[in-house]
Amino acid sequence: MPDGSYAHPQQRQFNPYTENGGTILAIAGADFTVIAGDTRQSEGYSIQTRYAPKVFRLTDRAVLAVNGFAADGNMFVKKVKQRLEWYRHAHAKDMPLRAIARLIQTMLYAQRFFPYYVYNILGGIEEDGSGAVYSFDPVGSYEREACRAAGAAQSLVQPFLDNQIYFKNQQLPPGQTRPLHLSLSDVLSIVIDSFTSATERHIEVGDGLEIYVVLAKGRGPQGLEAVRGAQELTTNAEGDRVFIVRRELKKD
Amino acid sequence: MNSFVSRFASTGHDVELRKAREAFGDEDESLEMWGSQAGFGPLSKGVPSFSVPAVPDPSAFLRLHTDDHADPSCRIKIKHGTTTLAFRFRGGVIVAVDSRATAGSYIASGTVKKVIEINPYLLGTMAGGAADCQYWETYLGIQCRLHELRNRERISVSAASKYLSNLVYSYKGMGLSMGTMICGWDKTGPAVFYVDSDGTRLKGDVFSVGSGSTFAYGVLDQGYHWDLTDEEAQELGRRSIYAAGHRDAYSGNTINLYHVKEDGWKFIGNYDVSEMHYEGPAGVGYGYEIRTAGKSSANPPPEPESQTAQT
Repeated sequence: MPDGSYAHPQQRQFNPYTENGGTILAIAGADFTVIAGDTRQSEGYSIQTRYAPKVFRLTDRAVLAVNGFAADGNMFVKKVKQRLEWYRHAHAKDMPLRAIARLIQTMLYAQRFFPYYVYNILGGIEEDGSGAVYSFDPVGSYEREACRAAGAAQSLVQPFLDNQIYFKNQQLPPGQTRPLHLSLSDVLSIVIDSFTSATERHIEVGDGLEIYVVLAKGRGPQGLEAVRGAQELTTNAEGDRVFIVRRELKKD
Repeated sequence: MNSFVSRFASTGHDVELRKAREAFGDEDESLEMWGSQAGFGPLSKGVPSFSVPAVPDPSAFLRLHTDDHADPSCRIKIKHGTTTLAFRFRGGVIVAVDSRATAGSYIASGTVKKVIEINPYLLGTMAGGAADCQYWETYLGIQCRLHELRNRERISVSAASKYLSNLVYSYKGMGLSMGTMICGWDKTGPAVFYVDSDGTRLKGDVFSVGSGSTFAYGVLDQGYHWDLTDEEAQELGRRSIYAAGHRDAYSGNTINLYHVKEDGWKFIGNYDVSEMHYEGPAGVGYGYEIRTAGKSSANPPPEPESQTAQT
């Protein structure tokens, strides 16, 4: 209208969130943990980039995967890394995994009234040398588990993991017992199969796959030597060790 | 003395940090984040501090973007759906819960720990927002320990539950969602208090909270009396959660059972709801069709293996 008012009712909304697709996954073994994520970043039906990492090395024994809103995720990882660096300066050692998990809870809950739209999965090695996976909701409720998938293809991948890792709904042949923990090579096969299958059936998954492998201190690289292109990221060879394996996924 | 010196010192990392804070007006980073006090982030200043969106009505913003049972379409899904129960009897307190967490119709987890171990004498249960319960009951644990150190005696269940109810009442209208039972044993004997995020705090003998609570109450009220033996009471808790897991789609997976006695709580066990249906805790299934097999013509006994092979 000429006086600057509007002819129709107006509505405005503060909408700071979007969903950037992709899927992340982590599986804990007896003395190792595998944390993986695809590298596609999309908004709606368009692909923004084919290489946007969602999995990050925090320390030699901890790897964090973030999924959901990429901008929130990147900022969150940045702040976690900063807090871990401060801890290193104050205590001259890396923060233990269970402490990182609690730190992530409090950092997420500090945003209870303006949440980070991110689903976090933390994987690594505990102080007792066992493999561990912690999964979080956007406001910080968390739980230690043996395996977890999150993100766009969560509902495709998690049932497969329940079947292959927890042996859910499997009838074993008489006299045979299920193994308590799977070997690293079995876990890597399951991870790669999960992502190739999710890529086939979900439009937001694909392009590339980054798999982080964390090995407990003193454990040899058995299960990893046969893997093509495994690259070590460890800073201190005496402690736990971190490796990265990259694979291509379909790009259509 | 140390803090006195550092306050007037003109060198050192904390001074640099203080100057930087004064210059930039930095609010979310404090000195406490450096050292071991870094653990409980927003609590490092003694009282919790939360960041809030710069909009006229922050709680309307939160309601718009987080999942309320009424609106499953919004982006941020917070885990919901539960059955929890606790009751007081001669032998202490029984606490039983399921382990399912749902986000919309997706079962986000079947292994949730809905009993929060506040300290060796206090248990809290989780219904509503998982993070709200986990965070504030952990916080309650800190305050209970401080009470112990200041007063040289354990906090009463009544005082602990009132601390929590006053706390959530101070956040009323901000969107917290919790329905919890604070259970324990103090000088007065076994005690159960119901506390929720509206600020309600009730003392009572029998409580059940969550989407499956009506089903649990049905079994619980029928079987409850004060003079239950320990075994009978544990069985009643287990059987009640089973009933809820069976009839409520938002509850199920497994049952976690705790018993609080004079010397603190004890974890009794984890029971699969499906296993309870077919086998029960002692070989007799809870399931209706299992219990009534062969008792009527409508539910004939299963045919023997040999006959099935012939036909």
